[in-house]
Amino acid sequence: MLRLSLHRRRTLLPWLFLGPGLAWLVVFFAIPLVNQLNVSLQTGDPETGYAFTWAFSTYADAISEYDTQFARSIGYAATATVLCFAIGFPLAYFIAFKAGRWKSFMLLLIILPFFVSYVLRTVSWQLILADEGFVADALRTVGLLGEDGRLLATRTAVIAGITYNFLPFMALPLYVSLEKIDKRLIEAATDLYASRATAFRKVTLPLALPGIFAGSLLTFIPACGDFINAALLGTPRQFMIGNVIQSKYLVIQDYPEAAALSFILMSFILIGIFLYARVLGARNLTEAAI
Amino acid sequence: MAVEAPPAVAEPVVAAGRPGRGMRGDRVRTWALGLWSALALLYLFIPVFVIMVFSFNDPQGRFNFTWQGFTLDHWANPFENPDLALAMKNSLLIALIATVIATVLGTFMAMALIRYGFRGRSLVDFFVFLPLSTPEVVIGAALLALFLTMAVNTGFATIVIAHVMFTVSYVVVTVKARLEGMDRHIEEAAMDLGATEWTTFRKVTLPMIAPGVAAAALLAAAISVDDYVITSFNAGQTITFPLFIFGATRQGVPPEVNVLATGLLLIVLILMALNVLLQRRLARRDAARAA
Repeated sequence: MLRLSLHRRRTLLPWLFLGPGLAWLVVFFAIPLVNQLNVSLQTGDPETGYAFTWAFSTYADAISEYDTQFARSIGYAATATVLCFAIGFPLAYFIAFKAGRWKSFMLLLIILPFFVSYVLRTVSWQLILADEGFVADALRTVGLLGEDGRLLATRTAVIAGITYNFLPFMALPLYVSLEKIDKRLIEAATDLYASRATAFRKVTLPLALPGIFAGSLLTFIPACGDFINAALLGTPRQFMIGNVIQSKYLVIQDYPEAAALSFILMSFILIGIFLYARVLGARNLTEAAI
Repeated sequence: MAVEAPPAVAEPVVAAGRPGRGMRGDRVRTWALGLWSALALLYLFIPVFVIMVFSFNDPQGRFNFTWQGFTLDHWANPFENPDLALAMKNSLLIALIATVIATVLGTFMAMALIRYGFRGRSLVDFFVFLPLSTPEVVIGAALLALFLTMAVNTGFATIVIAHVMFTVSYVVVTVKARLEGMDRHIEEAAMDLGATEWTTFRKVTLPMIAPGVAAAALLAAAISVDDYVITSFNAGQTITFPLFIFGATRQGVPPEVNVLATGLLLIVLILMALNVLLQRRLARRDAARAA
């Protein structure tokens, strides 16, 4: 009798702990996504309202109408992710292996810009890259920028902005996985006559893979949906799919198409994650086998 | 590389050869890495410096874009603009409420996920992770669609709901990391010595996970104050600090925004410095006690 009630308590307790939080996520995250699926299959217009009609054609229309914005989002996000890795990996490597007593100070410096508003930092780039700004002036004087050349409102500005905003999301997971590496493993590799480059390629890099995986997802996913950088540093010619979804919802009020666009974006990202995990996982296995 | 001068005294080849050159190569590599890292950190700070400098600017028109002259006026009256003051108040209040709710909900979820093996745990794990891997624009839009369908007016309350929803996953992840590294034997010892589960939780578990919970709360508050995307969908007529800034870009962002942002950063820095001092003092006290 006592045993049974204890057992029952053991099985109920975790759900009691989980309950409130899980309910919040179900009601305000899962149900909205299902509801959005429903909205995406509706037809109508903002004046008369929308009704559910199994309108799968919205998806086809959305893709054919906004294929450039989709391609641009993925292209910009992928470029920014690669740039973040190129900038962030040496930084994370230095902090993990070489920084010594400067380690925590440098980590603090990576986190600190987070405490200044994201939107404001992007506005600040707007000011730095402005046509009459000092950077554009200097580049014009040196001749790197034509007389009517612009920094702001270009593809470069948008990608640089995204790279800037997500660099810490790449650098921190990279640091965490590099920091965890047992340095004796690298020593063992060089003791066994591996060159520095080989030791890096065969020991350090494979052990850092979890960080590379986490860092690139944390950069790529939000970058794909971002619209702040394109809105503040670009023009409609640099607009990404996030800008389209936002204006469809808040300005044009074409909810079905906006919902369909959200779902297409999400499925692109999920497929991307899946492929990426497969590629990294497979390489990881072959590295270990050799 | 230049050819090395022949050593004056004959030395074993091994000692003079590889390690010496390796050492110099090492130093060059470290310097190059250090320089790269310094430049990367500079890149992160350039816009922050610009924000700080322009908080002292005295713009002639509406746009705080070019340097016009030094003034302390904006620092003297940072809340002069009533819309900005209200936006800041909203942001801080929303962050406070959302952080408290999300921290409590998330901490309990993390405990359940780490402490109990139950059917469906990995599914719950995955479900909690899902909001973190969904673009904010999708989360914000989906939530707005729900509010529209249910004919709920968006405003202060819906912002709080949204903020709790997307910060709770961060709390779970952070607290879980702390719980995973914890020694369960200490709690078992407390229970063996006759403490009830509740007493053990209060006197042993909570103090041990407190740093993780505090870190999670700080993270949640920081994310909440900073959020633009999800908030923009669910704000209705309510204005928060990031919404105010974004809205002001068209007419020019007033320098008071720079003052408030710089002030917020200074407050965070002071809190961090105090925390370091406190930790040092505690460590010294513990060391003294041990001796």
